Amino acid sequence: MAHLAVSDVRAKYGTLEVLKGVTFSIGKGEIATLVGPSGSGKSTVLRALMGLTPVTGGTVEIAGERMNYSSAREVRAARDRMAIVFQQYNLFQNMTVMQNLTLAPLKIKKWDKQQVNSEARRLLGLVGLSDKADAYSDQLSGGQQQRVALARALALKPQILLLDEVTSALDPELVNEVLDAIRKLADEGMTMVIVSHEMAFVREIADKVVFMDAGQIVEAGTPKEILDTPKTERARDFFSKILRH
Amino acid sequence: MERILEQAPRFFSGQNLTLLLEAAGLTLAMTLAGCLIGFGFAFVLVYLRQTPGLWGLPLRWICILYVEVFRRIPFIVVIYLVLFFIQTVTPDASLFTIAVIAICLYAVAYTADIIRGGIESVPVTQIEAAQAMNLSRLQTNLRIVLPQAWPVIVPPSIAFAVSFIKDTALVSQVGVFELTFRGKELNNQGYSGILVFGTIALCYFLLSFPLSMLGQHLEKRLGTPRGERRSRKIRHT
Amino acid sequence: MNYRFQFGVVWDNFPLLLEGALLTFQLGCFAFAGGALIGLVCATLKTYAPWPLRVLVDCYVVFITNTPALIQIYFLYFGLPELGFRWSNEACLLIGLTLNAGAYLTLILRAGFLSVRVSEIEAGQTLGMSLIQQVRYIIVPHIAKSIYPAVANFFIVILVMGTSVGALIGVDELTGQAINLSAVNYRWLEYLTVVAGMYVVLTFIASIGLALLGRWAFRVKARIF
Repeated sequence: MAHLAVSDVRAKYGTLEVLKGVTFSIGKGEIATLVGPSGSGKSTVLRALMGLTPVTGGTVEIAGERMNYSSAREVRAARDRMAIVFQQYNLFQNMTVMQNLTLAPLKIKKWDKQQVNSEARRLLGLVGLSDKADAYSDQLSGGQQQRVALARALALKPQILLLDEVTSALDPELVNEVLDAIRKLADEGMTMVIVSHEMAFVREIADKVVFMDAGQIVEAGTPKEILDTPKTERARDFFSKILRH
Repeated sequence: MERILEQAPRFFSGQNLTLLLEAAGLTLAMTLAGCLIGFGFAFVLVYLRQTPGLWGLPLRWICILYVEVFRRIPFIVVIYLVLFFIQTVTPDASLFTIAVIAICLYAVAYTADIIRGGIESVPVTQIEAAQAMNLSRLQTNLRIVLPQAWPVIVPPSIAFAVSFIKDTALVSQVGVFELTFRGKELNNQGYSGILVFGTIALCYFLLSFPLSMLGQHLEKRLGTPRGERRSRKIRHT
Repeated sequence: MNYRFQFGVVWDNFPLLLEGALLTFQLGCFAFAGGALIGLVCATLKTYAPWPLRVLVDCYVVFITNTPALIQIYFLYFGLPELGFRWSNEACLLIGLTLNAGAYLTLILRAGFLSVRVSEIEAGQTLGMSLIQQVRYIIVPHIAKSIYPAVANFFIVILVMGTSVGALIGVDELTGQAINLSAVNYRWLEYLTVVAGMYVVLTFIASIGLALLGRWAFRVKARIF
């Protein structure tokens, strides 16, 4: 039984079709990674799942519930079940770390204030930033901001976590602190869809690798199958280019 | 010149000075009231202008048209239009009310553009992050966008209001007892034009200059990045 | 509200309004041109002259920009005859507006002067440009490009807010003409509505002209809206 089943999802930017029917699924606690050349639509898949890029067709099933993004209500329902971490962190600049973490749980989910606060502190501990609760984002390094963004997404208790190139904007020496936090989540059994260029990390963490090009899935399989013995010319070409260095 | 010197003691009598002080107060009050109310309505206008979807299209157009049209009509024409329009609707509206409405109509058009600029200065990614958390459009605006746009909005809005103190001189034409009106009155009483309008100019200067300095100071202060501003505050406490 | 709009009388007098519009446009252009000249001189003085002159320019700018144009014009209109200068209404308006525009344009031009970067001039020097060539090919285009939107916007301000002050000292520009005509038969709302529309059209034509000029002469993308 798939925890997340994406079937034939299409999306458009204006008249340009950026997703031409994307289908994949993962089970509970599994991790899927989307890889492929830039402009292939990897990030668009995550944005479409969050309803940030309008979905023009297809359905998504999360834990047995179908949604098709055809109305504002459907989009809200999807956003209610998933959380996303962006490449540029996108922490709210006008709020402290703590306020960033508690805003949606308190105001949107309307959960109990004490529980929200203690959960937020637990999550900050998890990403190793317990001492930064009252800092503003411009007082944090990129890696710290990205870990806060990770905690903020987790504070929503999502059924599925989407990570959109979360290490691409970071200086090389800050990448590992963020990857370590993601590894911890994997150990806790979080279901995740990850867009990443860190092939070593993909190989280590993914249950499933999905190779995309030009808005379509070219092939999908285990990390070993896709990274080591790709069946299609396009995938072979791509991996030979990026694995060389 | 002898005439000015001869008139000066009489002109600067306690009675006249009180009159001018009251008039200056009225000038300030009407500018402040008009601009503040206008500022509030401008937010509504900008919010309406963001209305998404096809049915919001006429609404968006009206908002754009309002801003574009009012910036192209002289204030004096607006004053007269408001005066005669209000008087045909409710003949007993006070002149002060009419002046405030005219200022307000104008202030909406100018500050709406300032507010829009401020809101557009907030990165789209901030809004997307809020949307992804299911914040509504209003919540996103109130909790995320406006707090960040505020430092960009406030200084030019103050600058606009301060510069509009001068433009309210035109309201004298419909008989509000503000500075310019009193000036013309005193001139009609036979006081020297140089003396009277020199003094009136000085009154405007004394209203406008300190306030514009304050505005510039505020601009510098709000311009400093958030982190630095906060750390300064932390050091004090 | 049982007011009945009657636009017929306005159309009968439309040629008079057009005359007013023409005068408005002329006044706007002359005041702007004169103001630009003052602004150029003052901004140059402010940048290169010894301090007493710089202070003088500062005083002029600060005093003009912090007092209403109307009061400045009243000063010329009601005050100067006492000193023996007797100018026509139009002259008072034009001189007042020019002095007013001069102060604001000084500010705009000065900001343009300050925006020239040393690195650009150095780049010109390394290419072996003479001083005149540097001015001609680097400094002037740079300043023009950086201040053009503000200057174009200010022209509209003069055209609308500036010239309409003339109505208060009996100059028959567009607003003055409307007030004169309304006073005859009390069709205020009709006249003012039409005149407001004429201002919108006039300034739109001016905006489009300025945008085209900017694109052609300085390769600036000035916005029409």
